[in-house]
Amino acid sequence: MIVAGFWFALPALALIAVFFVLPVAAGLALSLSDFDIYALGNLDYLRFVGFGNYARLVQDPLFWRALLNTFYFVLVGGPLSVLVSLGAALLINARLVRWKGLFRVVFFLPVMTALVAVAVVWRYIYHPRYGLLNYALGLLGIEPVDWLGDPLLAMPALILMAVWKNFGYNMIIFIAGLQSIPEQLYDSARIDGAGRFQQLRYITLPLLAPTFVFVGLLTMIGSFQLFAEPYVMTQGGPGDATLSVVLLMYEQGFRWWNLGYAAAIAFLLFAIMLAGTILQLRLRRGL
Amino acid sequence: MIGSQAERLLLHALLVAGVVLTLAPLLWMLSASLMPAGEASVYPPRPVPSAITLEHYVSLFSRLNLARYFLNSLVIASAITLLSLLINSMAGYAFAKLRFAGRDRIFRALLSALVVPAQVAMLPLFLMLKQIGLINTWWGVIVPGMASIFGIFLIRQYALSIPDSLLEAARIDGASEFKIYWLVILPICRPILVTLAIFTFMGAWNDFMWPLIVLTDEAMYTLPVALANLLGEHVQDTELMMAGSVLTILPVMLLFIFVQRAYIEGITAGSLKD
Repeated sequence: MIVAGFWFALPALALIAVFFVLPVAAGLALSLSDFDIYALGNLDYLRFVGFGNYARLVQDPLFWRALLNTFYFVLVGGPLSVLVSLGAALLINARLVRWKGLFRVVFFLPVMTALVAVAVVWRYIYHPRYGLLNYALGLLGIEPVDWLGDPLLAMPALILMAVWKNFGYNMIIFIAGLQSIPEQLYDSARIDGAGRFQQLRYITLPLLAPTFVFVGLLTMIGSFQLFAEPYVMTQGGPGDATLSVVLLMYEQGFRWWNLGYAAAIAFLLFAIMLAGTILQLRLRRGL
Repeated sequence: MIGSQAERLLLHALLVAGVVLTLAPLLWMLSASLMPAGEASVYPPRPVPSAITLEHYVSLFSRLNLARYFLNSLVIASAITLLSLLINSMAGYAFAKLRFAGRDRIFRALLSALVVPAQVAMLPLFLMLKQIGLINTWWGVIVPGMASIFGIFLIRQYALSIPDSLLEAARIDGASEFKIYWLVILPICRPILVTLAIFTFMGAWNDFMWPLIVLTDEAMYTLPVALANLLGEHVQDTELMMAGSVLTILPVMLLFIFVQRAYIEGITAGSLKD
């Protein structure tokens, strides 16, 4: 039995060791080297540069731009997406609502779609001349806007699309959280004369706290990994306005073959995500 | 009574507005994919085609090799699903029900590895796969997806509830360890296996970044990678691109509609780690 347990776990552990743990360790070593297109051809050109890549990175204005853009996406898009998810969950879970299952499935549909495919559609929705969005705004008397061509609007446009695509996922988790709140709490609150808003403020939101922690972490981690949206929609433009850290890593690593530099980008992002995770967990504990 | 009637109406109005906003992009994609060339780029935008045509679907298959991308996506997503289900269920069962040296320490280490984003491993993984000749092959996409910590975790949590007495009884009857896993554990774990299978298949089908890195030759592209590539060349052919998007989304959408209950329950199960 002791031997059996080991053999059952072995294939998974071996795969994780070889295709995850080893590359992560190798990535750390890579980030301390000047691995580039010459080293890719002949390893004799490979040199150890210590923290040279990291030192260059913190002086690279493009990296700061990418970091700033990514924080924009995380700090604006993340909370917005959580709020929309919570709103949808509260609506669906309301006692008076019928066809709950149907609404739940419809709101979940965008989550199932391949991002590249819906990005194709959203590019046309944002089209300055023929796009649906400008047409709808035109009906309200608003002048046409070049959503993806304006450096100030491109990131909000990506955020809007990401919220549309992702809110259904967190919504499902919120619905599960809402359903775990005992109905008697609301009954006794009503007897005590608490209104809808007071019930939300003093029962629902406090009891959803653990769900908020989980959803918040999940959303933050996912948002830091922003890649496909700018890759397909804007190629990081206009004028680097939507360049994300992962997109920068991809371009440095797989377009220019600066693998050492790209590995340093990946590890800095990891460090920032780790700090964000610890910070969020601390904040919640303080509440 | 009147108050609650008005409230019910308001709630449903908000929900229906949400449904319209959620479905509009998807419905417009379908509608535009059926329009004659050029009709999606008019002002004001047409909601429905003047005449329905399948020409864009036909040219995707006849001129643009879509069947090949479809095959690539199907093989890769199916292989990842089947292999990872087998490998993760064996490990999840072992971590839940079998004793071996260092079991709990290894499991804790696996869980803490969940905080490391996949991108950190991608650059060295690419170099490794290049060394062993897996770049630009199906296996290059499949192999890193064959074991997943999240999958092991999900199955372990489920298998913990299996009573030990059941396993003891099977052992007394002389069943081998593999037979117990195959004939006792797997049938009991069926609900979680179904959930994980859908999860994995959809994730693999929709995955973009890793296939984009590994698959360098056009003939090997998966649907999302091919679509992003097509967008570069055919950005003006709105209706054609819409047809490509519909074909990329449709298989997963159909699968989802058939199994949505199991899938949604799976998300909830995954979120219930205190």
